[in-house]
Amino acid sequence: MNNPAAAPSILPDARPRLPRGVRLVHNEAQGGWVLLAPERVFKADPIAAEVVKRCTGEASFEAIVDDLAKTFGAPRERVLADVTALLQGLADKKLLEL
Amino acid sequence: MTTNGHTAANGLAGAIAPKPLHNPLGLLAELTHRCPLGCPYCSNPLEMDKREEELDTATWARVFREAAGLGVLQVHLSGGEPASRRDLADILAAARDAGLYTNLITSGVGVTDKRLNELADAGLDHVQISIQDSEPKSADRIAGYEGAYTRKRALAAAVVALKLPLTANIVIHRANIARIDELVAMALDMGASRVEIAHVQYYGWALKNRAALMPTRDQVEYAVGRIEPLRKQHHGRIVIDAVVPDYYARFPKPCVGGWGRRSLNVTPAGRVLPCHAAESIPGLEFWSVKDHSLREIWEQNPAFNAFRGTDFLPEPCQSCERREIDFGGCRCQAFALTGDARATDPVCHLSPQHHLVEEQAAIREDAEYVYRRL
Repeated sequence: MNNPAAAPSILPDARPRLPRGVRLVHNEAQGGWVLLAPERVFKADPIAAEVVKRCTGEASFEAIVDDLAKTFGAPRERVLADVTALLQGLADKKLLEL
Repeated sequence: MTTNGHTAANGLAGAIAPKPLHNPLGLLAELTHRCPLGCPYCSNPLEMDKREEELDTATWARVFREAAGLGVLQVHLSGGEPASRRDLADILAAARDAGLYTNLITSGVGVTDKRLNELADAGLDHVQISIQDSEPKSADRIAGYEGAYTRKRALAAAVVALKLPLTANIVIHRANIARIDELVAMALDMGASRVEIAHVQYYGWALKNRAALMPTRDQVEYAVGRIEPLRKQHHGRIVIDAVVPDYYARFPKPCVGGWGRRSLNVTPAGRVLPCHAAESIPGLEFWSVKDHSLREIWEQNPAFNAFRGTDFLPEPCQSCERREIDFGGCRCQAFALTGDARATDPVCHLSPQHHLVEEQAAIREDAEYVYRRL
């Protein structure tokens, strides 16, 4: 959907991590995964949760994409585009450090 | 999507069963009404809880466990000034032990570096500091406290040094509304990752000081018009959240996300309210955590059920397509302005009593503030 020329990109060796004050938790009463942040709560669908769980500051962006492509048996290019959009969106909201 | 499927599968039984209650997401814990500042727009009630009535540490710990059991995810430790409580770090640790996300809402005055370190060690997730103005003299005058500005800046620096996320909560009214750009620049300079542009809402002390705080329509239009350019200018560096000024809005705010729907508030003495101003509505009896569990109160206290959902709303709300968006607005405001808590919030331009809001917004006096004092 995105115009490839305008699509955001994340460096392969970036090590995305949740900053202090942002936590991913599982909560039965709220029906699944939620990302907790200053004054905000975001529902995370199971796929988004799998992505965010991998943002530990240790794995490189490249390795995260490889791992997700393998885990879900999805084309790497597609995974790269989806994960880039998700993580860049989180970073813009100050919910992720790249 | 799953909700629809669920309803369809329930068939007739689903249709006649009472609507399930929502789980609350947030708990505002007013730990104390004591505060060194005297801001004339304070959201605390005019009648405040006394120190000797305050809940003890163990009771707060129980409240947090019960809140987590109800589905609450975030607790906002507020007041008054929460640091007026010597057991603040223990209270915070109890909230973290219950699995809650902890947000400290502070005036910035009275939180020493030592105290801040204790709180960080206890698992503090986020700090929100109130900002009165970008001009030090004006800021101290609004706070009614000499030196408040400097102390807030110092605390902000200490918070950022600990790599804790910081929100600057900027309360906007006639005395500072011209300085939106400067205020956002100040929040950036403080190292805040988020700034709240909160136009004063007229409850409690702010209602008492309404004529002294009320901006003009031109001022409001300028301030609101600056938000998008500022968001663009600072994109990726700071998140700007803005609360629309009630008296100049077209539609009312979905107050607390709907009465008894998404959040609850516990007063220093332990009364549980759907919102911090709820006690301004006469005829409602609010239960205390001293006598009931939080779940009993959430599910059974008649005061929580008084304005739940939208069935109680009159026209024009009943047939309005925004009924489930704003729930007819704020009950406390409806009462404060019309004398009827069930009325359409007169902030709405569709309300037959909207003229009341316009009349009040036109009253502006440069009177001395009535400072909030215990």
